[in-house]
Parts: sequence; structure tokens; C-alpha cells
Amino acid sequence: MKRRPKLAVWKFASCDGCQLSLLDCEDELLALTERIEIAYFMEASRATVRGPYDLSLVEGSITTPYDIKRIQKIRRSSKFLVAIGACATAGGIQALRNFTEVEKYLPLVYARPEYIHTLEKSSPIAAQVPVDFELRGCPINKIQLLELISAFLQGRRPNIHPYSVCWECKMRGNICVMVAHGIPCLGPVTHAGCGALCPTYQRGCYGCFGPKETPNPASLSARLRALGVPEDDLVRLYRTFNAEAEPFRQESAAHE
Amino acid sequence: MSKTIKVDYLARVEGEGALYIRIKDDRVTQVQLKIFEPPRFFEAFLQGRKFTEAPDITARICGICPVAYQMSSVHAMEQLLGLKVEGPLRELRRLIYCGEWIESHGLHVYMLHAPDFLGYADALQMARDYPEVVKRGLKLKQIGNELVALVGGREVHPINVRVGGFYSVPRKKDLVPMVEKLKWARDAALETVRWVGTFDFPPVEPEYEFVSLRHPQEYPFNEGRLVSNKGLDIAVDDFENHFEEEHVPYTTALHSVIKARGAYYVGPMARYNNNFDLLPSGVQAAAQEAGLTSFCRNPFQSIIVRSVEILYACEESLRIIDQYEQPDRPYLEAEPRAGVGHGISEAPRGSLYHRYRIDDQGVIQEAKIVPPTSQNQKTVESDLYQVAVQNLHLPEDQLTWLCEQAIRNYDPCISCSVHFLKLHLERH
Ligand code: SF4
Ligand code: SF4
Repeated sequence: MKRRPKLAVWKFASCDGCQLSLLDCEDELLALTERIEIAYFMEASRATVRGPYDLSLVEGSITTPYDIKRIQKIRRSSKFLVAIGACATAGGIQALRNFTEVEKYLPLVYARPEYIHTLEKSSPIAAQVPVDFELRGCPINKIQLLELISAFLQGRRPNIHPYSVCWECKMRGNICVMVAHGIPCLGPVTHAGCGALCPTYQRGCYGCFGPKETPNPASLSARLRALGVPEDDLVRLYRTFNAEAEPFRQESAAHE
Repeated sequence: MSKTIKVDYLARVEGEGALYIRIKDDRVTQVQLKIFEPPRFFEAFLQGRKFTEAPDITARICGICPVAYQMSSVHAMEQLLGLKVEGPLRELRRLIYCGEWIESHGLHVYMLHAPDFLGYADALQMARDYPEVVKRGLKLKQIGNELVALVGGREVHPINVRVGGFYSVPRKKDLVPMVEKLKWARDAALETVRWVGTFDFPPVEPEYEFVSLRHPQEYPFNEGRLVSNKGLDIAVDDFENHFEEEHVPYTTALHSVIKARGAYYVGPMARYNNNFDLLPSGVQAAAQEAGLTSFCRNPFQSIIVRSVEILYACEESLRIIDQYEQPDRPYLEAEPRAGVGHGISEAPRGSLYHRYRIDDQGVIQEAKIVPPTSQNQKTVESDLYQVAVQNLHLPEDQLTWLCEQAIRNYDPCISCSVHFLKLHLERH
């Protein structure tokens, strides 16, 4: 029998939701293990197989000095490394610490050093080591995860598009919540992948998949302002789970 | 002679933790459950955010029980604003919570805990010998996920929950297709209860104080008083008068204690023991058939209790869907006003406390969150001590595994437990 490629799942600062998406592939999980060996996945197994690994899925952001060393080691033992989810691709919600005036934040962020070690910033995986692919979302979409793994097994590029949530709304036949109901929505600047979930539930997108390719948030902000969104709400709107992603970071700063 | 039992990275728990036990001359001298998950400082981020953002932000504390965070936060905010969510909206909240219990308990019973009882490293290995059992577990978990996704939009970090209700509500005909699946799930849950009842349980029965919500008419999810088998009976607002947290140097999580009496136990077994009389008679009978009485003290038997709660959640979902009528409005308007609000809901792993203070613009000034796993941490350590003492004769690898299993009795969610440090000010 041909050797099955080895899959490893790694965790950094995160909520475990993205790696859980793998266990949430209930229909596919057992079949998947026939094609790929789950060699390291602490949330699921106490058995571990030594590296090198063919495919590493990395969840979470880097927030401690120890984790910088750990991700470097993981990179060295991984042939193909994929950052999964907003924590790993943009620093996650914990990257909100990156925006606060250190003075104001000090009492809550800096622990007694003998108790806790933490870095000043929460950074995405790609800020520390080269990353071969990024899967967006807070959380990632499990269908996209399966597509990524299948593409890897077949040696092709995953069929995952960088267009906006608006596009998915149109595909679903949704009525635009912003045009029809005046609900503020980040859909025009947000990366697709969720299937336009929020608008389908009569809610504006809050950008959990992060910025799409070449977004124009300044123009969206002008529209949102016209809808009556105050400046401080605009800051909050861009500053959530993908706050550190460059286009969102800049746009939030523009309204401060 | 001295030896050390060490597990540097605990598997099959959510998050990053380690176990450390020191044995000297056949005496257990030290037990530490270490949590080294890096803190993410949620209580700090929440300051300055709008009260309406709390459910989405706090959901990100834990991908396994996001509904619990959403429920505790919206209930705290609604208490603060004087809103009472009733009727079908209240029922929908119980329904989405049922989905989370089925999904989370299903994951733990089948994928994380059962392999310990049967001697497998994980469920995938177990599937080679018990393919049908593992498939049943996966399908059960999937139905829980579907229920969360149906009401909430998706299984991890649902998008449909808001202060005052939901962004949109399902029509009756959207829920009806779940009925057949839930009937299957109910049967599967009953088989699960019977199956786990046949496992071997190490004889450990400590004197715990079991803490959970109790509601006069129903098995608790979102409402009620906080009670215990040792006489605690308080309103949710009173939580911080009776409980406090200790900062222990070797862990990034806080240890919670009842001020008057010390360590306590939250989770399925606490709920079961405090609310057995409120379970439907069929569910009670299934529990008794599997070897439980109305009060269970063996932490290893928590796997039976969890299975019983899956069964209950299936029945409760069927009841809710059967009686559901689509409400006129998906939510009540929530106008901000200054104040403090408290909420406790029953996460799969136990009582989850939230407190918020907001100003008259609805901006959060202060937030406090006490998750179940940090409440159980002291109790886990005392269990470990007892298990280690009783089993010193075992070979080291077996003793290590048994200790890991004793930790997994609590289905600890380490991601949850670390975000709430009281941090010390260090001026430069
Ligand atoms: S990206 Fe979101 S869902 Fe994924 S681990 Fe981070 S917080 Fe959790
Ligand atoms: S619509 Fe936006 S916020 Fe909602 S799930 Fe999709 S990407 Fe996330």
C-alpha cells in the first residue's frame, strides 16, 4: 500500500473552533482517514506520530515568545503548511491588544512575569514563518477545509475564491440587506466563504472572513456613514476578528 | 523511591494543559493540573465595545460551546436592560442550547472519553473494532450540529443570536424536517446510555458540593437560581458574594472556590443531581437502567450522565419543535441604559457566569466571566490525588492513562478557562 500522507493539526492562541471543524466533518471523517494519516491531532488523540508531516494545519495566533520557537520548529517539519482561521491568518480577536495605547491597557495585559509570559502583539502565522496557503474565517468553513485537503491529496490548487460576500449573496438570490433595509453590512469588502450567512439571516455581515482581495473599505465607509453609522461604530466594525488584517486595520484607524 | 507522573500535553481535551504528579515513598506528594494555554484577555477587549457585541465576541472564547457564551451574555444584558424574552423566542434559545449539548456531549462521549474506557488512543482507532458505534456517535453529534446551525446559522460561532432574541426566526416548516432526525437521535441516545452503562468504573465517590442552576419547572439551561446539595440557594446576581477565584502560580487559569466551603463541582453531574426530579420519567428510567440512582457521585460515571443529558436534549428539542409557533417579531428592541447585569447559563461543561457594567450609551465598562472549567479545576486536582493514591500499584503507563482519564471525566475546556486572569499591574 502506498504510504498515506501525514496530517498534523497544531494549536496556538485560539478558541479551538477551527480545528473542531475537522471533527465536524462527520460524514467524511472516517473516509478521510483512509486517504490521510492523522499523525498529530491532540484534540482528538493521545497517539502521536513523529514528523516530518506532509500537511500541517495551524490554528491560532502567536502571542508568546515560546510559541515563536514552536511555530518555527513546526515549519521545519512540515512540507505544506496552511494557516486556518482568522487567528492564524490575521491574529484573531486577541489582536485587539495591538491597538490599545499601552498605558491604558497595562493593568489588564501585563501580568506578573513569573506568572505569565505574553507578547505585546498577537500576530498571524505568516508574520513568523512562510505559509503555503491561508484558509479564512472565524471559524473556517468546513466545506472549504475538505476542499483544501482534497486538493492537497490530488496535488492541485484549492478551488477557493477571493471575491466578496456580496457575490455569494447574489448566488443565493438574497435581497441586499443594505439596499433594501438600510442594514450596515461589511459584505462588499469581506472575503467569501461562508455562503453569505448573515444577510441570509437578515443581518449585516460583520467581516468574520476578513478582507477580500483588493477591497475598497473607504468607499464602503462613506456609504455606511450615509446610513447613519457613527465614527466610533465604524472603528468597532472593522476592528473585530480580523482587526489586524491590513485593509481593515487601516480603515479602522482612519475613523479614530 | 520517588517517581513522577508527567503528561506534557494532555490529549483529547479542548486546549493546552499538562499534568504533573509527584510520588515519594509510596505517597502522593504533589498534584498539579497545569494550564499553559496563552491567555487572550477577553475581559480587556470587552471594555469599550457595545453591549450588542458581547454575544459575538465572547463566543470566540470557545469554539466548542459558543452558544453557552452567547446565552450567558444575552441574559446578562437583558437583565441589565429589564428585558424579558418569553414565549417562542425563549423556547428557541432552549432549542439551540439542546443542539449544543447534543453536539458537545456527543463529541466528548464518543470521541474523547469512551476510548479511555475501552483502551484506545482515539475514536478513529476505536472505529476499527467498533465501526457502527463510532458512526452512531458521529451521526448523533452531527444532528446536534444541524440543530445549532438551523437556529443559529452555523455550528461554530452562530451568527443569529442577539440581545433581545434573534436576527431572524425559523418558520415552523423549517424546523419540521428535524423531527425525523431527532427521533433517530433519541433512539441513538438511549442506546448510548445503555452502552456506556456497561463500562467499568473505578470505585471513586468523593463528597462533592454540586453546583448548578435550578428552575422550578424545567431542567435548566438559561434561568433559575444557583443551588447546591450543601444548601447553597442564591440568585444569579449573588454569585460573586459566594464564590471567589484564587490565582495559582503554576497555571494560567484561576481556581474558583465557594467562600464558605472550598472546592466544588459544576457540569452534567451537578445538574443531574440537583434536578433529577425534573427529568421526564422516560429519561429517569433510562438512567436507572444504566445503573445510576437519582444521585451520582462517581466522576467516572459522568459519561453516563452526559449520555442521559443527550437523551434529555433530544426529547426536549422534539417537544419544543412540536409546540413551536413562529413569533411575530424575531427580537425585542434593546435600548441601552446604564447598569450592571448578571447571567448564568448551563454550558455543556457547567455553569457559566457573566457580569457586565455598561454606560448609558451601551458601552461596556467592565466585564467578568467565570467559565466552568476553572470552577472545576480544584476538584479535578483532588480527584487526581485520590485516583493516584488508590492506584499506586499500577505500572506507570497505566497509572498515567488512568489519571488522564480522571481529567477527561470533566471534559475540561482549557480554551475557556484561561481568559479570565486577574492580572497584576506592573508600572514601568
Ligand atoms: S479563527 Fe475564530 S473560530 Fe478559528 S480558532 Fe480563532 S477564534 Fe476560533
Ligand atoms: S456574512 Fe460576514 S460575518 Fe457573517 S458569516 Fe459571512 S463573513 Fe462572517
